[in-house]
Amino acid sequence: MSADPAAFRFVSTNRRVREDRRFVAGQGHFVADVALEGLLHVAILPSQHPAARIVSIDVSAALAMPGVHYVLTGDELAAATDPLMNGLDTPNVRRHPLAVGQTRYAGEWVVAVVAESRALAEDATEKVRVIYEPLPFVMTAAEALKPDSPPVHPAHGSNVLLDRTFVWGEVEKHFAASPRKLSFRVTWGRSSTVPIETFGVAASWDPWRDMLDVWASIQMPKYPDQIARALRIPANNVRVHQDVDVGGSYGVKRGIKQTVLVAHLARRLGRPVRLIEDRLENMRGGDAHGPERIFDVDVAFNDDGIVRSMKIRALDNAGAYAGRAPFQLGKPIGAIVGPYQIESVQYRAQSVTSNKAVQEAVRGFGQAPTNYAIETAIDKVAAATGLARIEVRRRNFIRKDQFPYLIPSGSTYDSGDYHTVVDKVFAHIDFASMEKERDRLRASGLLAGIGIAACLEPSGANSSFEPLLNEKNTTTTWMDSCRIVVDALGFVTVTIHNTSSGQGHETLVSTVVGEVLQIDPDLIRVIRPDSLACLPSNSPVGSRMAIMLGGAAFHAAQKLKTKLTRIGAHQFGVADDKAAYANGSVASNDKQLAWIDLVTIAHRQYHMLPEGMEPGLESTHVMQVPTGGTLPKDGRVQMYPCHSFEFHVVLMAIDPALGKPEIRRYVIGHDCGTVINPHIVKGMTLGGLAHGLGAALLEEFVYDDEGHLMTQSFMDYLLPSAHEVPEVEIVHHCTPSPFTVFGQKGSGESGYLGAPAAISAAVNDCVSPLGISFNKLPIRISASAMPSPTRNKANRKSKPNDHRLPRPSGAAEPAGIDPLAGRAIPVDPPDRGRRQPRILLRRRQADPAGVETAERSARPPEMDGRTENRASGGRRLARYVRLRSAGGGGRGLVAPDQYPSGADRDARTALRAARHRAAAGRRARRRSAARGACRGL
Amino acid sequence: MKVDLRINGINRSAEVEPRKTLLDVLRENFLLNGTHAGCEHGVCGACTVLVDGEPVRSCLMFAVQADGYEITTIEGLAPAPGELSVIQDAFCETHGLQCGYCTPGMILAAHALLQNTLTPTREDIAEAISGNICRCTGYGQIIEAVQFAADRLRVANTPRPAALAEKPIVEAK
Repeated sequence: MSADPAAFRFVSTNRRVREDRRFVAGQGHFVADVALEGLLHVAILPSQHPAARIVSIDVSAALAMPGVHYVLTGDELAAATDPLMNGLDTPNVRRHPLAVGQTRYAGEWVVAVVAESRALAEDATEKVRVIYEPLPFVMTAAEALKPDSPPVHPAHGSNVLLDRTFVWGEVEKHFAASPRKLSFRVTWGRSSTVPIETFGVAASWDPWRDMLDVWASIQMPKYPDQIARALRIPANNVRVHQDVDVGGSYGVKRGIKQTVLVAHLARRLGRPVRLIEDRLENMRGGDAHGPERIFDVDVAFNDDGIVRSMKIRALDNAGAYAGRAPFQLGKPIGAIVGPYQIESVQYRAQSVTSNKAVQEAVRGFGQAPTNYAIETAIDKVAAATGLARIEVRRRNFIRKDQFPYLIPSGSTYDSGDYHTVVDKVFAHIDFASMEKERDRLRASGLLAGIGIAACLEPSGANSSFEPLLNEKNTTTTWMDSCRIVVDALGFVTVTIHNTSSGQGHETLVSTVVGEVLQIDPDLIRVIRPDSLACLPSNSPVGSRMAIMLGGAAFHAAQKLKTKLTRIGAHQFGVADDKAAYANGSVASNDKQLAWIDLVTIAHRQYHMLPEGMEPGLESTHVMQVPTGGTLPKDGRVQMYPCHSFEFHVVLMAIDPALGKPEIRRYVIGHDCGTVINPHIVKGMTLGGLAHGLGAALLEEFVYDDEGHLMTQSFMDYLLPSAHEVPEVEIVHHCTPSPFTVFGQKGSGESGYLGAPAAISAAVNDCVSPLGISFNKLPIRISASAMPSPTRNKANRKSKPNDHRLPRPSGAAEPAGIDPLAGRAIPVDPPDRGRRQPRILLRRRQADPAGVETAERSARPPEMDGRTENRASGGRRLARYVRLRSAGGGGRGLVAPDQYPSGADRDARTALRAARHRAAAGRRARRRSAARGACRGL
Repeated sequence: MKVDLRINGINRSAEVEPRKTLLDVLRENFLLNGTHAGCEHGVCGACTVLVDGEPVRSCLMFAVQADGYEITTIEGLAPAPGELSVIQDAFCETHGLQCGYCTPGMILAAHALLQNTLTPTREDIAEAISGNICRCTGYGQIIEAVQFAADRLRVANTPRPAALAEKPIVEAK
């Protein structure tokens, strides 16, 4: 059913988000806050080789360290547990929490040390001696695809995890019949969601009750099942505590390897064990990278800009293990034509292994890269036909009267009114004046451009991509559940059965239950029982909770209302349909029973209940995804039930001397149907947009030629700050979904799916007068005052994704003589930071006299537990940053600022140190709220 | 080493290793879990506390360096259990957070700003919180929260226009 939005009492109103209260007071309950008696801590020894055979591991010295309880190797763990689950049927791509026999990416976890404190565990990792024999490795998808590339998993036979071609409709015929065709390639760089809280998990094992308790920063469907399966214990011996607050996830917090590792240790040691990844462990070994994808696209269209058919080849670099990464090529099939009427599509999905970190689910599950490819196609059609970009979109958009609309790949879009949303946005911004503003900026010597992008957000996740890409998988339900209990005093408690990472689920269900039962949502308690007390549920993935949890809460409340009405009708001696529920009471003609009377009958007066009715007041609902569930047929399947629509318009300017992109205006039209809570939807939209801005301009996991991750701290992997994210104007529209209880659709991914395409389009419009365009994200621009062949040659190796700008021939020179003319000016400070070499230091150790010294490793890398590329992150950086007293420098809050001296320190090292400190200083000056504290640098 | 700190107005002391950060000491020795570890290399700002009123990265400061200083953590802002400061309440009003992990540091950074000015521009606010990374919100509602808090703090003790006009309030009939 769909309700009338005007009739809502709580839904769509500006109510506060109830979760916020505890967080603003610092009273969240995150996994690092869980207090456990006798807790032990884990630190990880990673591999420094992209691929190497593990010759031997000597843990004796580490075990002898004070406070160390255990040192775990991959062999022991693999003997005690089953491999982690793969999404595809790839049984020979075996994945264990710690490397077994061979490492497959730099940063892969090799040994885990358990000690009384994290610091002691870290100390002890340095005493572990691992001897490696380096093996050939492969980093890029294109290389991995070659038959003679080094196989990441030799037992699997090749690096290809998935290579499947779908043809939906008469693609070849439509291509042959189309007068115009174009082809292009775009690349989505490897980035991720990178939550501010790293992944963490604590576990304890009770051998007397046979119970494994788990507290985790998790957003993982079927998490308890996967733990039980890997540990070979009954699933009802696993109890996951869902009331742990999760410090951001946006898809990636699927820490199954971390959990199996910690759970095994807890069982082995008989004490609670916790692993909180430090930032370095998280960035390079937390298995939380996102898609890295090359799209080759062919488009068939006509002179009117009408797109008839598309061929898309998507080649994805999954990293070293399979996991669920290949499925991120599957979900976009549910919206493979975007918001456009495209008659036929050929889609080739290829996923390959490489010697990079493992890919995990990222906001949108593959939709953002795909949308970038589709929107780029539309822009290119516009350029080819000479039509305005918006005109091509308007001509190809599915019209309002065509819904429900079946797309070639088998999904039916529920509803939408794309033309109206675009009209509203254009009216809001006065597009003609925005174009004038762009032209004015151009005339002033800046590169200026406008980007527009439309996108669909499929929402209400089922998991139809699983059976579509893996025939052995027959999953057709992806349910979610809600239980409502009214106690004997009449107070309402609602249970939800997932963790939450900031999506406001407590606000969602209290609003929905309050709406249906017509009681104040603030009076409703919402709790999260542990997994053994849970109803069947999946996690908040795929923009599903407004639809699925909201739907389950709605139906459970309806059941409760029906029961209350029946109790009332029975007392009045009338038929059930002659009594009505309103505001907590049931009335029939002039008779009325108040809430507490109904509650008392249900709880205490069985003799007054209708015959056959169960006593008490409780209701549950397990909800199936609204469009049902069927297995794929002929490569077609209904994916997600609902489809939100967004339309982005962005005005950007780039100073050609600085090369820094600047967003001058950002407007987003947003239609996610009925909004349950406006604050939450707004936050999701703005936050997703910021995330998309990062993917478009800043964030990338860059590997060097030796297979090492170069961007593994926040000084080189750049998250947008308040300086980078613009003020955003949101234009609302509401096209209710016919498939949901209030007409709601999903909104968790909105900004992220459209922003990269829009920003890319804007940058390309900026540089269009130069006759160039960018076809790879992120677009990181370093300016070059004059193109210099020498410099460009030198730059070629620095970063594959580094775009350099020639000065526009038509643009005015900046005032005065440019002193840097002819020289490359890599101005973007973050970019500079990215190139700083890692500090080549081992952690400092306390000598017997208690004086701390730092010691450079003199051992060859293969003999050293931890080598250069680990030392740049985590707690160790504290040593290199000088802090000045906030009070004005009177007191010496000065950490050791000297680069540690040592016999082997050479000039090169000193130079590196100085450059590193300078880079750190620049970043810190720019970003640190303790700005005053850094002036001494 | 023994370290004497004044945390949220109360004198506390602890025996700590010299290498232990202020962040770890606040969390582990004093069980003040509102201060969060984000990057532990001084970029994200989740660990922000106030040292003599100025925002400081507690992950970049050793506890022994804080000896004798006045430390304010997020637990020190709420006036009483269950009550919120004006800034905390403003974050709730505009939903200036989602997962809540960066929030304590963000609120302390905002608190320090509003100690200095109650008429911050949008740029002032963006600058003040630019050392605190939020991955959820895109900052829009955080900036609104700080603006809202500044507005409320500014007018908190200002007579209302009706009172200034000295008009007797006419009771509605």
